[in-house]
Amino acid sequence: MVACRAIGILSRFSAFRILRSRGYICRNFTGSSALLTRTHINYGVKGDVAVVRINSPNSKVNTLSKELHSEFTEVMNEIWASDQIRSAVLISSKPGCFIAGADINMLSACKTLQEVTQLSQEAQRILEKLEKSPKPVVAAINGSCLGGGLEVGVPAALDMMLTGRNIRADRAKKMGLVDQLVEPLGPGLKPPEERTMEYLEEVAITFAKGLADKKISPKRNKGLVEKLTAYAMTIPFVRQQVYKKVEEKVRKQTKGLYPAPLKIIDVVKTGIEQGSDAGYLSESQKFGELVMTKESKALMGLYHGQVLCKKNKFGAPQKDVKHLAILGAGLMGAGIAQVSVDKGLKTILKDATLTGLDRGQQQVFKGLNDKVKKKALTSFERDSIFSNLTGQLDYQGFEKADMVIEAVFEDLSLKHRVLKEVEAVIPDHCIFASNTSALPISEIAAVSKRPEKVIGMHYFSPVDKMQLLEIITTEKTSRDTSASAVAVGLKQGKVIIVVKDGPGFYTTRCLAPMMSEVIRILQEGVDPKKLDSLTTSFGFPVGAATLVDEVGVDVAKHVAEDLGKVFGERFGGGNPELLTQMVSKGFLGRKSGKGFYIYQEGVKRKDLNSDMDSILASLKLPPKSEVSSDEDIQFRLVTRFVNEAVMCLQEGILATPAEGDIGAVFGLGFPPCLGGPFRFVDLYGAQTIVDRLKKYEAAYGKQFTPCQ
Amino acid sequence: MTTILTCPFKKLPTTSKWALRFAIRPLSCSSQLRAAPAVQTKTKKTLAKPNIRNVVVVDGVRTPFLLSGTSYKDLMPHDLARAALTGLLHRTSVPKEVVDYIIFGTVIQEVKTSNVAREAALGAGFSDKTPAHTVTMACISANQAMTTGVGLIASGQCDVIVAGGVELMSDIPIRHSRKMRKLMLDLNKAKSMGQRLSLISKFRLNFLAPELPAVAEFSTSETMGHSADRLAAAFAVSRLEQDEYALRSHSLAKKAQDEGLLSDVVPFRVPGKDTVTKDNGIRPSSLEQMAKLKPAFIKPYGTVTAANSSFLTDGASAMLIMAEEKALAMGYKPKAYLRDFMYVSQDPKDQLLLGPTYATPKVLEKAGLTMNDIDAFEFHEAFSGQILANFKAMDSDWFAENYMGRKTKVGLPPLEKFNNWGGSLSLGHPFGATGCRLVMAAANRLRKEGGQYGLVAACAAGGQGHAMIVEAYPK
Repeated sequence: MVACRAIGILSRFSAFRILRSRGYICRNFTGSSALLTRTHINYGVKGDVAVVRINSPNSKVNTLSKELHSEFTEVMNEIWASDQIRSAVLISSKPGCFIAGADINMLSACKTLQEVTQLSQEAQRILEKLEKSPKPVVAAINGSCLGGGLEVGVPAALDMMLTGRNIRADRAKKMGLVDQLVEPLGPGLKPPEERTMEYLEEVAITFAKGLADKKISPKRNKGLVEKLTAYAMTIPFVRQQVYKKVEEKVRKQTKGLYPAPLKIIDVVKTGIEQGSDAGYLSESQKFGELVMTKESKALMGLYHGQVLCKKNKFGAPQKDVKHLAILGAGLMGAGIAQVSVDKGLKTILKDATLTGLDRGQQQVFKGLNDKVKKKALTSFERDSIFSNLTGQLDYQGFEKADMVIEAVFEDLSLKHRVLKEVEAVIPDHCIFASNTSALPISEIAAVSKRPEKVIGMHYFSPVDKMQLLEIITTEKTSRDTSASAVAVGLKQGKVIIVVKDGPGFYTTRCLAPMMSEVIRILQEGVDPKKLDSLTTSFGFPVGAATLVDEVGVDVAKHVAEDLGKVFGERFGGGNPELLTQMVSKGFLGRKSGKGFYIYQEGVKRKDLNSDMDSILASLKLPPKSEVSSDEDIQFRLVTRFVNEAVMCLQEGILATPAEGDIGAVFGLGFPPCLGGPFRFVDLYGAQTIVDRLKKYEAAYGKQFTPCQ
Repeated sequence: MTTILTCPFKKLPTTSKWALRFAIRPLSCSSQLRAAPAVQTKTKKTLAKPNIRNVVVVDGVRTPFLLSGTSYKDLMPHDLARAALTGLLHRTSVPKEVVDYIIFGTVIQEVKTSNVAREAALGAGFSDKTPAHTVTMACISANQAMTTGVGLIASGQCDVIVAGGVELMSDIPIRHSRKMRKLMLDLNKAKSMGQRLSLISKFRLNFLAPELPAVAEFSTSETMGHSADRLAAAFAVSRLEQDEYALRSHSLAKKAQDEGLLSDVVPFRVPGKDTVTKDNGIRPSSLEQMAKLKPAFIKPYGTVTAANSSFLTDGASAMLIMAEEKALAMGYKPKAYLRDFMYVSQDPKDQLLLGPTYATPKVLEKAGLTMNDIDAFEFHEAFSGQILANFKAMDSDWFAENYMGRKTKVGLPPLEKFNNWGGSLSLGHPFGATGCRLVMAAANRLRKEGGQYGLVAACAAGGQGHAMIVEAYPK
């Protein structure tokens, strides 16, 4: 996705909101053969305004494909050639999507750098023509307008180019990306979406006419700040400083792992310093290079995987879940409640104590209120969403529940107790889902009267931010139960992988050996800060030591013990005693304020917890110098992770490697630029990784024994 | 109605200038008015129900409705309400002591007289033994006052009710900011000088920014004019259609005023000023002049302008409602029966102003009538675009099927029976008082034009609506 955005950088620099371009000819309209074969674009003339409608066939979104591009060029040329047409309107026939960006399939089909470069150049040519068009062009945008689509529609600011931010329409207007906003219409004589598109077209036509008649000026009124900025940018010294600053910032954010943003800066620089032709050339070449990188392949793989994991492979459930009940108002329970109520699910949040319940309800409210502060919700919407939540201490209303998700402590006997309690009050069709990170679902289901209704739904913390949901089915789980669970997850906006039951399922199981390695590395005397920087520079969003703090030391200890029992030596490495000692001292990580680091409310800076020194010193191991270089440390962590992931696939816990990649990236923060453990193996070569493992095996033994 | 609040500072000067600039023209579109309604057989002879008391309107009056900021600008709301009450007393000669209860509607409340019904009643010389309360339901507040009275009579709790409404948009409560209010309240409680000083030190200049009354629908933050513009667009109502309708309203109002048909208006001697005798917002113009105005809400391409919207108005109305037998026993000749009524509500964002469309078929069905039975339609005109959108919705099978759960469309009210003496666009719309004006217009039209059933309908902020059947009292 990062790559797609690079597509037309320079044309964005010109700040027309209204592009001046094309007209088109009536005779085409009356049916030349070219017109009949056009599948992506059709157009008609209203008065002297050409209305060009973009509509990629058999797709929910319009993407910049080869076909669309060539038809677009064709239409454009006809419009420019026509005398009758004085202005044009670009609009999509799909409500909710203008152009979503470049066609990823088209890009992945490109074998060579030259092919991509050529594609990009063709696109540039037409965009440049569009920009310089003698006839005014108005882009009428409803819905997503990303990447190349944005270039067709509007010019963009530098900031947007780099981060690929999603901008709401009103923000876009303030940023000067668009000139006018049309508010969506309600019901009238037609379905609202349809009439809104029509209305948008009508308004756009009025504008196009106004521009052609010179009644409306395409010039924006620039504010003082904007004028000053524009002036400052004409001074070369200031420009150099700006480039430097931007580059620094980008490097800091990406740690140099994603090549695209830096290339974008390069291209912009070339464009400004050496003129737009050089800029265009550089842009298309750089774009070609980017598409061919491993990072691009990895990200495209993730994109495809994500599309796959946004579908319900079990089909529609027999009964829609409308009433949800959640047991346990802790971080997880409240998080699940938050992502449910704002999708309109009536949700009961039950806890055993009033203080626990209060905290959970406050968490949900705060989550919603933060959106109000960011103006993503109105306070009224917040209140009405919040009214979907009922907080209670008893089982009242559970007789109406379609699904119960338990998020109580990770203790099998407790889970058994609540399962029995719940089954006494819920209706027959109600599904019991367990949010556990490591306890096998079949063991939880063992005490159930109706094991076909029991399923695992493993959410990731913080639930409102982490996209992944790992659904765990046992042998007894019915297909309809799975369908329901996936449907609820999708409704909650999750990316879903479905795995088979087993200790640690997929995600926890992969993480555990890596965590064990983290402990060993720390025991070998590597400073937690150093370890964090090593892992983040490898592409992990959160450093390894910080991750332990975030997950919770007690949870990590639990998991390590449970899985250690099952998998034996393979999960060994670090001494679990470290975790035990931390727990006994109350260093539970972020939640208790102390872990490897010290956490204080309102303080951003993290200091090392000096009390950890004695614990670490008492468990110190001598580092083995042949496997302790920075790179070795990184690879020791990653290879154990990857090795375990491959085992999961081998054992059938995972159905497909794509799900494995998605689970690792979206749930565990596996570096997205590597595309997930399986993509990583493909991109870096299975043999290379096996060789690495063998090397570490020689030093540490069985934990590194490569799988098949 | 909330939109209109945005106007007091910005819109009003333009509006009045606009009104001044264009000389009043004699109307030219009376042909359709002349068309006499065809004689129809009613589906029902009368709407009286067994075992339920008949409720009648003895009479109703209103002060002249004035553009806000004109002659009433120095009054308080209860002054206006009092004027309506004394006018009613004068018109009906009802002995004050027989009035059992007084109910008034109002929208923007004057904080000092939050129960404006009581303050006005006392001031108008009603017995201090007559209780009074104030209701609020946006633009259908007076409707709520009337139907509350109907309920009290029909259930046998009361025999004689005065219902009315008042709105004074010339003065609205502008408040200190919440921060400032908090500071002032805390200062009040502070005990020592030190506490006071520490509180005062928290003062910041931005505390002084005033807070205007809600300028937007609370739930959606959208101003009503904006919503009306979107509604018009959703139903593809053009600017020209809206201007034409507004012109019709002004022309008809002018004609009614000139012919003395607006008999519910009572003169009001404004203290320290001249006696006001007639509405001052009626200003028929030409389509060309109206076409020159810029959109007021959705700029620059919207269709709702100052000329095709109702303006900010000051005014009050009052009605004497009685149980039929009581009225007859007192020797009155009532004007009309108040029959079935209906409140509806729908989506406050996209269907904010569609109340009449929803309420009309329901009230007709409840009463066992059809559109053809109605001789006089009196709909509240918030905006031209709103009225025309309602027309299109009522005329659409698609809308009826998809949004109203009906198999067929509601049907279009015939224009020759519709708001024949002008409407809120031209006469004005004091939010809290309009309901009584609608009912009196229907009752007076039925007497004058000779029909039996009138239908009153209105939309209101909050996405609510109201409709009521008015039956002419047999002559």
